[in-house]
Amino acid sequence: MAYSEKVIDHYQNPKNVGTLDKSKSNVGTGLVGAPECGDVMRLQIEVDNATGLITDAKFKTFGCGSAIASSSLATEWLKGKSVDEAMTIDNMTIVEELNLPPVKIHCSVLAEDAIKAAVNDYRKKNGLPELKFEESVVH
Amino acid sequence: MLNFPIYLDHNATTPCDPRVVDAMIPYFTNNFGNAASRNHPFGWQAEEAVDYAREQVAKLIGADPKEIIFTSGATEGDNLAIKGVFEMYASKGNHIITCNIEHKAVLDTCKHIEKEGGEVTYLKVKDNGLIDLAELEAAIKPTTILIAIMYANNEIGTVMPMKEISAIAKKHGVLVFTDAVQAVGKIPVNVNKDGIDLMAFTAHKMYGPKGVGALYVRRKNPRVKVTAQIDGGGHERGMRSGTLNVPGIVGFGKACEICINEMEEETARISKLRDKLQTELLKVEESYLNGDKEHKLPHVTNISFKYVEGEGLMMGFNKNIAVSSGSACTSASLEPSYVLKALGLGDDLAHSSLRFGLGRFTTEEQIDYTIEQVTNTVNKLREMSPLWEMYKEGIDMNSIEWAHH
Repeated sequence: MAYSEKVIDHYQNPKNVGTLDKSKSNVGTGLVGAPECGDVMRLQIEVDNATGLITDAKFKTFGCGSAIASSSLATEWLKGKSVDEAMTIDNMTIVEELNLPPVKIHCSVLAEDAIKAAVNDYRKKNGLPELKFEESVVH
Repeated sequence: MLNFPIYLDHNATTPCDPRVVDAMIPYFTNNFGNAASRNHPFGWQAEEAVDYAREQVAKLIGADPKEIIFTSGATEGDNLAIKGVFEMYASKGNHIITCNIEHKAVLDTCKHIEKEGGEVTYLKVKDNGLIDLAELEAAIKPTTILIAIMYANNEIGTVMPMKEISAIAKKHGVLVFTDAVQAVGKIPVNVNKDGIDLMAFTAHKMYGPKGVGALYVRRKNPRVKVTAQIDGGGHERGMRSGTLNVPGIVGFGKACEICINEMEEETARISKLRDKLQTELLKVEESYLNGDKEHKLPHVTNISFKYVEGEGLMMGFNKNIAVSSGSACTSASLEPSYVLKALGLGDDLAHSSLRFGLGRFTTEEQIDYTIEQVTNTVNKLREMSPLWEMYKEGIDMNSIEWAHH
């Protein structure tokens, strides 16, 4: 199976690899996946509390090239969005942007789950009720 | 000068040796006869070529040419041996003993046997990938007709103690079948010294063409018979009907002849390169060798690089270096290698494994390049691995509640 050029580009030049200070109240962290499944994604957002906009996003991913690319792309898309807008990022948009084949759709689902988990962590830290989500595609 | 891509996946298949191709070519065009045509020179010529190849193949494994049944490859050989013995020896018993790291061609055939009313014991291997001989002997019952244990494993390269296995089998009057695909042509295999009754192997793993293999079936002490699985013209002493693949068989014979002449020298050269690769890669922090250190093929090594995922790792260099991984990120099940899991490896380590298979045309320059590329990619991916960060911070990963998908 050959990877798309976009996946290769994100893999070779990943955007926003790194760690934000998770002890800060305006940083939300989402850690999804499991080592036994071969994918673990950690996605973090830093929010400007005054504007509600995401000013920074970082990721670290253990997984295949598509998982790395999905999380790299997600961090790019998150920057500059409001926390509410972040929730509108759908896994299928990631699939389309990266031309992921069917066997790699779970990578995009993981990225969407990581965004939701990071937003919820941020909401929890700031006294907002956590959002409930329907179970996404079962792997 | 390095030419890319570098091929280090010789357990999957090998290139044809140019000498093999040269030997085959006349049998596609001028010498195209059917080896079963007994009445004209075209047939005689083909039959003669097949007979000669049969001698070459038999010589490599210390067999008599009459004991060689040509097949389409080892999957067919595995099927013919196991199903053929199960049917032929039905009056004696219905129990087969195998192990849990066999190739799917053996495991799935055994599953089929179970559906047909057979009983199969799947021995668990130890954490070094070898079976426990005491467990093997304990598993034998009065109804046991066959022990099917691979000579060498395709993923980790471990070599089973065939002599000891066959000694136990002989003591209890049980036949021994071995899938020797990875071993024949790589290490000395001798059906008499090893006490093997049936053995499947294939040309394309030893620099011969794809689509041709052989099943060795012992003719003396004891005389072994298998029920044919393909009906037809009664070729190959009635055990395998179908027009013989003459060019393929000629190539297979030539490939065996080259192995007879060059194996010793080749093994010495390749194992030196393998040792270099293995030693250097095991210097990478948190890297682990899979399978037994001593009892293994000279050209294989399988290493797990903890906290990086195998497929992601391969992507770092797979335009230039071809290897394979026990990770199964592309398979529907997402299950990592059952062989590595059978050694007791956690799924995380199984997902982090790479198999390197060196071959006849592997050079030291290629190995040096591979060491550098793999090491760099592991380091690069660890910089973006959340698990590596946790490890470095001393966080116990078992204390985390992972969301299992």
